[in-house]
Amino acid sequence: MTSRVEETGSTFDESHDPESEPANGGKRVRRLDRVVIRFAGDSGDGMQLTGDRFTSETAGFGNDLSTLPNFPAEIRAPAGTLPGVSSFQLHFADHDILTPGDAPDVLVAMNPAALKANLSDLPRGAEIIVNTDEFTKRALAKVGWQADPLDDGTLQEYRVHPVALTTLTVEALKETSLARKDAERAKNMFALGLLSWMYHRPTEGTETFLRTKFAKKPEIAEANVLAFRAGWNYGETTESFAVSYEVAPASRAFAPGRYRNISGNLALAYGLIAASKQSGLPLFLGSYPITPASDILHELSKHKNFGVRTFQAEDEIAGIGAALGAAFGGALGVTTTSGPGIALKSETIGLAVSLELPLLVVDIQRGGPSTGLPTKTEQADLLQAMFGRNGEAPVPIVAPASPGECFTMALEAARIALAYRTPVFLLSDGYLANGSEPWRVPELSELPDLSVEFATEPNAPDGSGGFWPYLRDPETLARPWAVPGTPGLEHRIGGIEKQDGTGNISYDPANHDHMVRTRQAKVDGVSVPDLAVDDPGGDARLLVLGWGSTFGPIAAGVRRARAAGGKVAQAHLRYLNPFPANLGEVLARYDKVLVPEMNLGQLAMLLRARYLVDARSFTQVSGMPFKAAQLAAVISEALDD
Amino acid sequence: MTDTAPNGIKANGALKLTAKDFKSDQEVRWCPGCGDYAILAAVQGFLPELGIPREKIVFISGIGCSSRFPYYLSTYGMHSIHGRAPAIATGLASSRPDLSVWVITGDGDALSIGGNHLIHALRRNVNLKILLFNNRIYGLTKGQYSPTSEPGKITKSTPMGSLDEPFRPLSLALGAEAGFVARTIDSDRQHLTSVLRAAAQHQGAALVEIYQNCNIFNDGAFEVLKDPATRDAALLRLEHGKPYRLAPDGEEIVHDVTDPDPTRAFALSRLTEPTPIGVLRAVPRPAYDRQLNAQLEQAVAERGEGDLSALLSGSDTWMVR
Ligand SMILES: Cc1ncc(C[n+]2csc(CCOP(=O)(O)OP(=O)(O)O)c2C)c(N)n1
Ligand code: SF4
Ligand SMILES: [Mg+2]
Repeated sequence: MTSRVEETGSTFDESHDPESEPANGGKRVRRLDRVVIRFAGDSGDGMQLTGDRFTSETAGFGNDLSTLPNFPAEIRAPAGTLPGVSSFQLHFADHDILTPGDAPDVLVAMNPAALKANLSDLPRGAEIIVNTDEFTKRALAKVGWQADPLDDGTLQEYRVHPVALTTLTVEALKETSLARKDAERAKNMFALGLLSWMYHRPTEGTETFLRTKFAKKPEIAEANVLAFRAGWNYGETTESFAVSYEVAPASRAFAPGRYRNISGNLALAYGLIAASKQSGLPLFLGSYPITPASDILHELSKHKNFGVRTFQAEDEIAGIGAALGAAFGGALGVTTTSGPGIALKSETIGLAVSLELPLLVVDIQRGGPSTGLPTKTEQADLLQAMFGRNGEAPVPIVAPASPGECFTMALEAARIALAYRTPVFLLSDGYLANGSEPWRVPELSELPDLSVEFATEPNAPDGSGGFWPYLRDPETLARPWAVPGTPGLEHRIGGIEKQDGTGNISYDPANHDHMVRTRQAKVDGVSVPDLAVDDPGGDARLLVLGWGSTFGPIAAGVRRARAAGGKVAQAHLRYLNPFPANLGEVLARYDKVLVPEMNLGQLAMLLRARYLVDARSFTQVSGMPFKAAQLAAVISEALDD
Repeated sequence: MTDTAPNGIKANGALKLTAKDFKSDQEVRWCPGCGDYAILAAVQGFLPELGIPREKIVFISGIGCSSRFPYYLSTYGMHSIHGRAPAIATGLASSRPDLSVWVITGDGDALSIGGNHLIHALRRNVNLKILLFNNRIYGLTKGQYSPTSEPGKITKSTPMGSLDEPFRPLSLALGAEAGFVARTIDSDRQHLTSVLRAAAQHQGAALVEIYQNCNIFNDGAFEVLKDPATRDAALLRLEHGKPYRLAPDGEEIVHDVTDPDPTRAFALSRLTEPTPIGVLRAVPRPAYDRQLNAQLEQAVAERGEGDLSALLSGSDTWMVR
């Protein structure tokens, strides 16, 4: 998920690059341009950790990558059942890539449930590594398999590597003092070791990681390292793995610089800290735990030495209330949540609109309505962010398009909130939050200046020496921010309509009409960059327009359509309120506008209402991101009719 | 007046402010005869005593007749939304420990819609002084019964009498681990002022229930406590170090506001005949905001000021040239 190098859309194909050399103890090595691996197991099998580690090794090696963790809402769903399956998919390549991959080339299945739950996603010829120890009659029956799929022909189309992962792990740890049960738990590290051997991943990072993670339990740390090495050695020595693979670093895909791997939620937390630093305002986070937003609370809680105050409130209403109270006191107030939390915060967001104080409202969207699909992704809160309040209560909205962009857009949200004295929505989602990609670490000198000037002097135009809290900046329409502690500027603000200028309570009809229009004009006037359009030939008649986390799959779909000769333009909205000034003009340039969204057409509805454009919606609300192939097909259909 | 007021907010001994300095230029719009006027006058009369400059004082309210209060003071103020003032004030007090933060709330605001925020603010012990104007009715919405109305209350929404058991606000506060709990009456300026003083001196969250007459929708609710003919028998005036009895023939107890065990304070909070007024409990414990800020300082002391560049890089980076 990096720059603009063309992705050919080639699928996994060994014959693609037949060059192979003997190495690794006489074993063959094949070169691949990209691979999609999925680790799948029970919720308790540590698949997310395994995936994370493989990702780190891969990032360190210099491949481009994109990840898709996928796990159930239950912490430990009943073992061995289909609902309990947790998986982690990773796509890595020697060139730049845009998505976590449509279908895995390799599936690691830790038990029958993991195999069954993921089998339908595998293309013919895919490799499957199964933990045969778990394929007992009972375990098979649990997922409705009468016969063992390992020997009844079910897996005929695939290249299956049966490995007794549990037995081998226990065997490798027999010299340790660990009880059998504890030894078994290291089997995910055995699998990681095996896969690390198969794909020539560097291993020091994982060993260091394990020793740090289990620093307080050195015998567990050593056991995991042993299992990890045993997995590696198993690949190297056993005959069932005759080939290993090389995926060269994606050096050409990256602009020069220092890189790291980053998930959306981590990037967002860092963006907030950076915004605090760049504005000179202390960060105050008021939040109530909710998936998939809690990690931002966890991360920010670690960084108190940056002057970050985190407040785990009694509920979402108190979370945003405290953030708003801190903003009144001159802090950079932030609240983080997911859709159900936004529903609770609506009244306070309205208050912030009326108080005209800066406030960041971060919504990591998940499947809805109600509790919905807590661990899955969706983009269905756009209209809630746009309109979900009583009265005319406009709020600017920004939306990052990739995990790394969560950093940039957090800074952007802060810029808008501080410059215009308004609450601002940042819409991320579960896919961005948990997905990760290589990210170029910015130099501090590249970060925007967000410095703010508090009011310090009386401003009453009548020369009374008084302070008018709603006397606006004629450019931005922002009101002065006078924080408690400033002598002479004592003032009262509230949610009751107030007179423009003085801020005194006013029920005057004409003033209310003026204030409603002024708050709207302020948000309409927020400066946002023009929308860039990617149209290499300059003669496309079809525009594909998306927003938020669908960027990767849409761009991959567009590449495929172009590779097949289609003329298609792509543009992606990161600013949803206000829209970029040139959006109307961009839309008017194309005969057809296709809008893929993970909702039932919310952006399309806004575009139709605002620009009278016949936008076509393509929607999916499965809790899973779009696939590149799926969008490529929709695009070519749209090109054809 | 000392350099540092006992609640830790910087005071300025040289400051000579008067009640007039705490009046805003806004016209007060309560019904004539409303008990809120007396409370406003008492607060304006008391604030100069704090020795804290006006700009360091903030009043935050919810919604209700009582919550209009901040508009009439010349300090910083926020009239927020129904029930949420303790949450908003928590954010302000936690990030600005240099301020003296007061919450104004009503019985509906604090105990109905905002009940959750109230109990958590008390439990957390945020350095807030919460003044709960209890008129045992919803004033602003024109007279529905409230969570402190007596059972059987006939109102527009309960024409056959209300059915639910009321809260005893002070029992609730003690149950929520409040360190400072007191009760006073709108019309007794001297007593009201003494309770405000004690609350202001307390380190941490303080809840003051103020019996307030709503002469429009619940007139005379506290009349027995005010009428010179009945009040002496009806009131139990608590004073630290002075004896009281829970029943006429009960044992004599010496009132100790600092008793760490809340049992006696709780017994007092349930007593109605006579009705105790004064400070029931004043047990200091570390305030949330102070502790939060201490953690920030500790983090800096242990790890140094945050280095953004190092944070962004993390431990696993690679170079592309
Ligand atoms: C969310 C919300 N719900 C309801 C109201 C209507 N409302 C305003 S004040 C109030 C009750 C006020 O009673 P109380 O807190 O006792 O204050 P009083 O007016 O008696 O001082 C209600 C229900 C509101 N403003 N906001
Ligand atoms: S309705 Fe009652 S509480 Fe409200 S202002 Fe009038 S008298 Fe006071
Ligand atoms: Mg009331």
